[in-house]
Amino acid sequence: MTAAPVETGLKGSAERDRLARARLLRSLLPALSLVLVLLAIAWLNPRAISYFGFSLMLNLAIPIALATIAQMFVIAGNELDLSIGTFVGFVGCVTATWLKDAPLVGILILLGSIGVYALLGALIHLRNLPSIVVTLGMSFVWQGLAILILPKPGGKAPDWLLSLMAFKPPFIPFPIIAALLIAAVVYFGLMRTSYGVILRGSGGNAAALSRAGWSLLKTKIILFALAGLFGVLSGMALIGITTSADANIGNGYTLLSIAGVILGGGEFVGGRVSPIGAVIGALTLALAASPLLTFMHIPPDWQVAANGAILIIVLAARVLISRRER
Amino acid sequence: MKKMLILGAFAAMLASGTALADTSDKKIAFSNNYAGNSWRQAMLDSYAIVTKKAVADGVVAAADIFTTADKEVPTQAAQVQNLILQGYDAIVINAASPDALNGAVKQACDAGIVVVSFDGIVTEPCAYRVVVDFKDMGKQEVEQMAKFQPKGGNLLEIRGLAGTSIDDAIHAGILEGVAAHPEFKIVGSVTGDWDQTTAQKAVATILPSLPEIVGVVDQGGDGYGAAQAFAAAGKPRPTIIMGNRQDELQWWKEQKDKDGYQTWSASIAPGVSSLAFWVAQQVLDGRTDIPHDLLVPYLAFTQDDFEAALPKIPKGGVASHEYTQEDAIAAIKANIK
Repeated sequence: MTAAPVETGLKGSAERDRLARARLLRSLLPALSLVLVLLAIAWLNPRAISYFGFSLMLNLAIPIALATIAQMFVIAGNELDLSIGTFVGFVGCVTATWLKDAPLVGILILLGSIGVYALLGALIHLRNLPSIVVTLGMSFVWQGLAILILPKPGGKAPDWLLSLMAFKPPFIPFPIIAALLIAAVVYFGLMRTSYGVILRGSGGNAAALSRAGWSLLKTKIILFALAGLFGVLSGMALIGITTSADANIGNGYTLLSIAGVILGGGEFVGGRVSPIGAVIGALTLALAASPLLTFMHIPPDWQVAANGAILIIVLAARVLISRRER
Repeated sequence: MKKMLILGAFAAMLASGTALADTSDKKIAFSNNYAGNSWRQAMLDSYAIVTKKAVADGVVAAADIFTTADKEVPTQAAQVQNLILQGYDAIVINAASPDALNGAVKQACDAGIVVVSFDGIVTEPCAYRVVVDFKDMGKQEVEQMAKFQPKGGNLLEIRGLAGTSIDDAIHAGILEGVAAHPEFKIVGSVTGDWDQTTAQKAVATILPSLPEIVGVVDQGGDGYGAAQAFAAAGKPRPTIIMGNRQDELQWWKEQKDKDGYQTWSASIAPGVSSLAFWVAQQVLDGRTDIPHDLLVPYLAFTQDDFEAALPKIPKGGVASHEYTQEDAIAAIKANIK
């Protein structure tokens, strides 16, 4: 987490210990909830804890993890992206049509859409617009474009993407390797490089950053472009799994991605985010919402409510622990 | 020695081959993506009634229902994957998307699971599709209209949810019917979304601009709304084809009691879910001659029999029919030709 030695140095050592403990708990919480959900699944359906089981249960968690990372970049800059879900759907439609039939055009469109994201960041910063409003508007634009490209469900994922997502490495299921890779790359980039500190700083203390001579416009553009990039990856991964697209395919990802960031130990403001936590949060949400629920054998009338209840319980645990930190 | 005998008996059973396999230890899951309207509720009820009895009778070991929390494709894809892990032998599915679930459905097939889709079908070739002949239903609407309005005249068409295969098929059938009956002419078309309120608003908006209408061809769920719109506009009451909803049949009965009003009603029975269940059971039973695309009849009511069905439909609901194993075998037979 973002260590703040200056602030804690002023306080007593007991106070410092308590805070450190709470911080540790907070960074362990995402992993803890993931383990809990996994234990519950293992108890309900031991068959699921296998190479085959993990490949099946977790492969749809990869696009969610990527969308969560995209959302995390936006949240790191104190903004919120309500369009990521429909953007993923739009990317999916491009992937299943242009990227297969005319790869060059497809790549150009996807690069262009990342450019649009970067421009949105610039617009939000320059005109000082609330990101919720801008991205809510954009969500309808992406949705509209997706329906234009694919008025009826269909299309087909490019073959290389299909074989990539169906890749079966020895011993460790592909989704786990992918999750580790995503977490490691983003963790290194955002938490271990000096420009990563600047990016998070734009959400932590923008005024100090700009007085120190850093361009806030640039940080916002980069954060949004990164969100666009991971949104593109998420859409492509999703289509690689489903094999075919639907204009509405990503709509649920907006809220899932926000919940994933928060569950993973992030905060809406202050540039406090955790890439590893976000990936774990996304995996937990994906597991808790679907396999756990299916394995519990809840009567159909209650299934929808039970899904919501699981999400609330998981997120409530997170809130309870972060309250101890204050 | 005894063991040997038992093994021998087993071998003999296997060797006899043509004898159908037993399905009493098979588990069938139902993956459903939406439960938020009267049709879907009736669909789940029919399924529950039929499968509860099948489990009690020992035909299958289990028949569980799973409904996703949202209408999203990825949620249902994940659900199908979980059902694979649960070790079900067959999955009956009403799918959120005809194409985007193919990945998960293929995984199920690869795991040796029988997949039977209905209503919201999947295009993956390894799955079975139980499809209602919507095109014929649209054509029949015009055929029936010709009986009630032998002189012909202007028709108003109410369409369903845009972009769905069902809307496409019924519309194509209606066009075919009109081509066969040149005395009819479609002078207006509105979108009713299979919903009384939407249909009423849409019809009320277009009515002032239309010449005299003798008949309304529609897709079900929109007939009562259309009738309300005609009454509110003070226009003469046309022959409105109904769609098996309780309010539609109730209105029909009132009109019939008043002045002998005649029409026809047809829709897909929500109980087609139970037919899909029996198809899955038949496949598990070892039948290999079942075509992957099964066309099944829609549920229609005429002037003579709709009043008998009316009391059985719950208020706000839709007429249904629970299919039996014999129905399924007959439907399969009709498709084998």
